[in-house]
Amino acid sequence: MRQWNWKIGFASLTVLGLVFLSAQRVGAAESTEPVPQDWSFDGPFGKFDRAALQRGYQVYKEVCSACHSMNLLSFRNLGGGAGFAAGDEESSGPGFSAEQIKALAASFTVKDGPNDQGEFFDRPGRASDRFVAPFANEQAARSANNGALPPDLSVIVKAREGGADYIYGLLTGYKTPPADVILGAGMNYNIAFAGQQIAMAQPLNDNGVTFADGTKASVEQQAHDVVQFLTWAAEPNLETRHRMGISVLIYLAVFTGLLYALKRRIWKRVR
Amino acid sequence: MRKNAIVRWIDHRLPVVNFIEKDLIGYPEPKNLNYWWNFGSLAGIVLVVMILSGLFLSMHYTAHIDHAFNSVESIMRDVNGGWLIRYIHMNGASLFFVVVYIHIFRGLYYGSYKSPRELLWMLGVVILLLMMATAFMGYVLPWGQMSFWGATVITNLFSAIPVVGPDIVTWLWGGFAVGNPTLNRFFSLHFLLPFVIVAVVLLHIVALRIHGSNNPVGIDIKNDSDFIPFHPYYTVKDLFGLGIFAMVFAGLVFFSPNLLGHPDNYIPANPLATPPHIVPEWYFLPFYAILRSIPSKLGGVLAMGSAIFVLFLLPWLDRSKVRSATFRPITKILFWLLVVDVLILGYLGGKPPEGWYVIFGRIATGWYFLHFLLFIPLASWFETPHALPTSINLSIKEGTATAIASAKKKGVR
Repeated sequence: MRQWNWKIGFASLTVLGLVFLSAQRVGAAESTEPVPQDWSFDGPFGKFDRAALQRGYQVYKEVCSACHSMNLLSFRNLGGGAGFAAGDEESSGPGFSAEQIKALAASFTVKDGPNDQGEFFDRPGRASDRFVAPFANEQAARSANNGALPPDLSVIVKAREGGADYIYGLLTGYKTPPADVILGAGMNYNIAFAGQQIAMAQPLNDNGVTFADGTKASVEQQAHDVVQFLTWAAEPNLETRHRMGISVLIYLAVFTGLLYALKRRIWKRVR
Repeated sequence: MRKNAIVRWIDHRLPVVNFIEKDLIGYPEPKNLNYWWNFGSLAGIVLVVMILSGLFLSMHYTAHIDHAFNSVESIMRDVNGGWLIRYIHMNGASLFFVVVYIHIFRGLYYGSYKSPRELLWMLGVVILLLMMATAFMGYVLPWGQMSFWGATVITNLFSAIPVVGPDIVTWLWGGFAVGNPTLNRFFSLHFLLPFVIVAVVLLHIVALRIHGSNNPVGIDIKNDSDFIPFHPYYTVKDLFGLGIFAMVFAGLVFFSPNLLGHPDNYIPANPLATPPHIVPEWYFLPFYAILRSIPSKLGGVLAMGSAIFVLFLLPWLDRSKVRSATFRPITKILFWLLVVDVLILGYLGGKPPEGWYVIFGRIATGWYFLHFLLFIPLASWFETPHALPTSINLSIKEGTATAIASAKKKGVR
């Protein structure tokens, strides 16, 4: 009888777990389920693809950043990632070298001040500066984008149901609308977006960027790379987290095994 | 008597060593406790983990509507190990509820709320209420969309109170909408309440120690062969359970830290944009389902409050002298039906309140209250329990199942 109870208890815990999972799926009802892609960062041993991160940053810089800010990131982050020096071999970031980052930052103009005369002034960017936002404020962003606000992309992968798969689906989801769909003014047809009408025009086109490493810049390739970059931006500690997690679990497994053996041995005395 | 003179000197004035020896190491526990009894000490450990991780988070957090979201992101990005502390705190809250819910259901199954442990049980319900308040306010602090709208929905519940409701809500907010004063006071209370929980936990433990732990067969300890000292038997068993729990915890924190959260909470709070579905954290979903099942605001709030309040009455609603459901055939079935019912409520709480979800929500809500107010009292009057073992020691030797079978055969009632 006790056995039987135990089994029911276990089964109900499993059901409980499934309920949690399904409870999280609220809100995705109107859009098509994102197709799971094969990401290098998936799974407990997942890592970022350094080259894809660099290409992804290029896509962000040359395409996305025309409208989308990434206010939580600094140029310095483009090196090794959190806790790593630029160019560090063990890094978890895009891995640009310190010189590359300095040059990159300097190519942007940053508003600074007030200076000792009380005036604001423009200066070239430094590695410690945040990414320069395309618009001064929300109103400017909306007025330039037909009333729609391009969201900040710093944590966008974590802020959307479906995460990386969803963003990939959205970037590759632009299709010719079916005949019975009437689009609103300035709207675009996208099968991944809730309601299928999105204010953002198709951002990626074949060969819209030229990759320095010779990778062919198809829409899928660009989407894949920029999503890789955005996932890193949202979760810069992912690789450290995975590495530490493996060690912690191995430690705990051994330790818990020993505790179990100890428990068995001590409880043998109870009769 | 201790040999060490210093220890003896101290113990004569402040009996710490004596306390440790008598009340921690040598404390008698029934020898038949199963693994469901691990969750009490586990809850205590999680509470400590939450307080410590929360303390370090509070050193870096900024309770201001313009800075809260970014300060949490700064913890994730710029504070050394900040991501780890934050993910521990975030997932720890969820697992705290998992542990405490299992602890509560264990008490329900084995009748741990019955005489002489009524106050122990009621203090536990008080802890649950405090935990809910603490968790709710903690969820508001990152100031994402679900933080803001969750806070708006839950604080607005108080507007259902007749006459003074709206004034109370304004008073809670410290303004005319959820805003900076709200965030500030929630931070303040979120810091304070865990220590109130610690205080009630201490009372919970004091109440536990008078009559000791209940046990799976639910009979009182009769003689010395029924118990074993807490140390080393239950220290090692609790530690082993802690190891298993830590692996689950680590699995979540390191490999799926956002599984139990809602993506909308990574969008900064925006009072002008309401999310399509406002859902609380999963551990509130059963209560949320009850709230939405009643087609009146005041009624819904009262039902939700009653869902917890009815637990205070349980020791007197259940008239049976037999504690453990193992020996109560009808109560045992009712217990598992309640488990299923609460799971269904949790599922429905995460669904939009429309169509069949509403209908099933009402049935499940009805069942929840009927369970406590009708079925349990009736069962405790009319059910015929199986014969109880004469002692804990014998129940282990014979095995509970065979004891029941032989009792049945003999027609013993």
